[in-house]
Amino acid sequence: MAFDKMELRDIEVWDGNFAAAQALRQSQVDVVAAYPITPSTPIVEGYAKFTSDGYVEGEFVMVESEHAAMSACIGAAAAGGRVATATSSQGFALMVETLYQASGMRLPIVLNVVNRALAAPLNVNGDHSDMYLGRDSGWIQLDAYCPQDAYDLNFVAFRVSEDHDVRLPCMVHQDGFMTSHTAQGVHTLTDDKAYGFVGDFKPMNDMLDFEHPVTHGVQTEEDWHFEHKARQHNDLMTKVMPKIQAAFDDFEKLSGRKYNIVEKYDMDDADVCVVCLGTSVETAREVATEMRAEGIKAGVVGIRVIRPFPFLEIAEALKGVKAIAALDRSSPNGTVGMLFNEIAGSLFNTDTKAMLSGYVYGLGGRDLTKAHLVALFKELQANIDAGKVTTPLQQFIGVRGPKLAYL
Amino acid sequence: MAKKGWDEFEIGAMLRTFDGKIDDIAGTRQEDREYSQNSSYTASVADWRLIKPVFNKDYCIDCQFCWIYCPDVSIISRDKKLIGVDMDHCKGCGICVEVCPTNPKSLLMFPEQADEETEIANWPKKDEEEA
Ligand code: SF4
Ligand code: SF4
Repeated sequence: MAFDKMELRDIEVWDGNFAAAQALRQSQVDVVAAYPITPSTPIVEGYAKFTSDGYVEGEFVMVESEHAAMSACIGAAAAGGRVATATSSQGFALMVETLYQASGMRLPIVLNVVNRALAAPLNVNGDHSDMYLGRDSGWIQLDAYCPQDAYDLNFVAFRVSEDHDVRLPCMVHQDGFMTSHTAQGVHTLTDDKAYGFVGDFKPMNDMLDFEHPVTHGVQTEEDWHFEHKARQHNDLMTKVMPKIQAAFDDFEKLSGRKYNIVEKYDMDDADVCVVCLGTSVETAREVATEMRAEGIKAGVVGIRVIRPFPFLEIAEALKGVKAIAALDRSSPNGTVGMLFNEIAGSLFNTDTKAMLSGYVYGLGGRDLTKAHLVALFKELQANIDAGKVTTPLQQFIGVRGPKLAYL
Repeated sequence: MAKKGWDEFEIGAMLRTFDGKIDDIAGTRQEDREYSQNSSYTASVADWRLIKPVFNKDYCIDCQFCWIYCPDVSIISRDKKLIGVDMDHCKGCGICVEVCPTNPKSLLMFPEQADEETEIANWPKKDEEEA
């Protein structure tokens, strides 16, 4: 191969962005087309530098917007290459139109989304509004809680996305600044091991195969559109989870690091639990442990795979719990939070009749502190003691001014 | 022909051009190619059209501009001679008329209901170059 290998220490001090860039290098991505946007810029900068320094045999394509970035990625993926890029917030919003093209054309693209609030008002800090914006676009969505996850999940993303039974693009999410710019010790894989896990890219119906000409992105109208969407939905609902599970299992064999579709923490005998995403999972785990010392049986459910939504795994994880808090880090603007909705959907026809409340927190980078979570766990316990939900269905954590609550 | 269900066609709204193998695409006439079942070859877009191109071969120099520019491959050409327009697939965009270099133009757009013979009989005369 015409590129240089890089010697890594077993543990490197990397932030989430650099960890993701290293994963793109080790996966030997053929084409990265990117437009810079805070806080994801260093991912593609890192890849560009690896390319110019001879560590990747790929192409770095500079474009004039995120819409063009994803469009170029779609073209490169249809042409038959391993493709990735990164974005955040407004850039992600600009990409959304093309995200549907990528998934509808069944192209395996990996998109690192460093989550950030959506304007207005303008804000570069983290929340999950952009993650939620893309959740119906037909992409697989994985969620990293820390730089280590951001590194590891990229390998899983390529592996699942490029599987010929799946052929759907995949996002890897990490929290803006909190994961993307916070350096931690990251356990590394050697270049050979990492590439071995991802495997060589196997094209399917690529446009550069002149012997077998095909048309990508065709028009279908009412005659075929529904069938194509139904098939895409079916594949997401039935094929993706087993492939992710298999990739997690293989990854554990390779690295010793275990990932689960739903990450249960102290859930075996939990009465109260918090369900959340991203960096909040780690904070919630710490608080749950402290609550146990105070006699409250607290647990945490972290969601690793947002799309397809793990309905069955969630229902299983929440069996026997008496009070659940769904934490949504996005502005639901006129409804309850996404997690609240989907957890309610997961539990509705099951025997679990737990009390469920929704909390909105951390918008635009506002901190979620341990004190917030202590109060929240106690509120859940108070509901159990009272035998009924005594709190409103939707509450806001840490917003200034009079208490906000609805329903 | 019975239509396929969602689980029967290839993923990705991707169309193979032909069902059978065709070694010489350029030399195989459009009507002799084996288009796949759900290819747009079988889907008419004629009902999108409000205005239609009329072809007047008296002025045509067979430059093939219209043939190469038509976004729907609706200009029919045989042995580099323009024959006419495939009215099942022409959507009436007018690009062919725009690119036609003759004077007067060999293709002009007319209302969908216009009578072709009348329009050709009353074809516009040559535009004089401005001095
Ligand atoms: S009007 Fe448009 S679609 Fe019709 S023949 Fe001319 S260029 Fe083609
Ligand atoms: S562009 Fe005009 S002159 Fe040229 S081939 Fe077409 S109709 Fe004839």
